[in-house]
Amino acid sequence: MKVSCTVNGEARVADDVRYDESLLELLRERLCLPGTKNACEQGECGSCSVQLDGTLVCSCLVLAGQAQGCEIVTIEGLGDGAGLHPIQQAFIDAGAVQCGFCTPGLIMSTHDLLARVPDPGDDEIREALAGNLCRCTGYQKILEAVHLAARS
Amino acid sequence: MSFLQPVSWPEALAARAAYPNAVAVAGGTDVLVDINFNRLHPAAVLDLGRVRELGDRSRADGTIRLGAGVSYHDIITGLRADLPGLAMAARTVGSPQIRNRGTVGGNLGSASPAGDAHPPLLASGADVEVESVRGRRLIPIGDFFLGPKRSALEADELIAAVHIPPATGPQLFAKIGSRNAMVIAVCSLAIALYPDRRKVGTGIGSAGPIPLRAVAAERFLEGVLDAGNYWQSREPLSDGVVSRFADLVGQAAQPIDDVRGSAGYRVHALRVLGRRMLGWAFEDYRRVARS
Repeated sequence: MKVSCTVNGEARVADDVRYDESLLELLRERLCLPGTKNACEQGECGSCSVQLDGTLVCSCLVLAGQAQGCEIVTIEGLGDGAGLHPIQQAFIDAGAVQCGFCTPGLIMSTHDLLARVPDPGDDEIREALAGNLCRCTGYQKILEAVHLAARS
Repeated sequence: MSFLQPVSWPEALAARAAYPNAVAVAGGTDVLVDINFNRLHPAAVLDLGRVRELGDRSRADGTIRLGAGVSYHDIITGLRADLPGLAMAARTVGSPQIRNRGTVGGNLGSASPAGDAHPPLLASGADVEVESVRGRRLIPIGDFFLGPKRSALEADELIAAVHIPPATGPQLFAKIGSRNAMVIAVCSLAIALYPDRRKVGTGIGSAGPIPLRAVAAERFLEGVLDAGNYWQSREPLSDGVVSRFADLVGQAAQPIDDVRGSAGYRVHALRVLGRRMLGWAFEDYRRVARS
């Protein structure tokens, strides 16, 4: 089937999408946006987090067909094109990036949190990022990066 | 192969009738896992995500009608006062990403013994509203679950809503797991006190082939509360009463050993939860009276 949606502000169309294909596969394999990571494919790790019509979701748990006509923002669409988004810069400045695989998902979750809670406390951050795993276990720096992003 | 995307309830029922083999998908947080792991190869997909009516929430005759498509996120933010037990359970579901998509209707459709919404629905005596082109029926939650991932839903039926009496007293939910997110319960327990009706409700998750009520524990506690005039006096419950209730909760479980925990651990944990949660719930009840 054909799926049309807006990704990072741009109208995109994909043909021959399988009816049981995930939004994650659509983004990575068909629309060539590899910033959204594929790890667990069961919602455990949050690496595939994107914004779907303004809501944070695991793109591995959304059918591509369910995104028909929707607006999607991925990590590639967060910056303004010229530079990094302040949250991305904060993750670099705080040293919250180790292998980097979990970083796009964590930044999308942080973006969602800060849009709702501009100056979150540690507990709020921990709960908001609870669905994102960092297997390098650099959580303390990630916590600092969210605080830094909230101030910037 | 079809991807069906109805936007209204009548359209959804017609699609269900025409494609009884289609896999119904609401938020997708459960179904997609089976698809991604090659355990499910749907002949057709029935996406319920755009059916307007499924997002409805209303109140009539003292009962809340919760549309099957309302997300856990919206339950947490919008129903905390009326359905505190369900809202508490909703907060333990998955992660923020999952709670944004997952629905009670989807939880019921999957009918897993570990579904987090099920214990509070059992504790509050909810009814499941299901419908097909043949008509509509209400299934008491206690009759809905037939076995692991099997429910009373017929092949041509869809879950429309859940009817839940609002809380009139304390309600709690607690869940045992290894992480604060993305936990499939090792076991879970919901307790609801209804002082107006002098009733006690319970629901046990992940400790039997289906979600269970601890009926003997409910009857025991109702008897004690009535006989000792506790509903009126709000005197503290004795340790003996609390322990007996907890033992009866443990005895109601029918657990097995599996990857998440042993049967023995589950019974032990349910006794501990029963003791703590009754203590907390009754303390809440007493505190409201004093304030």
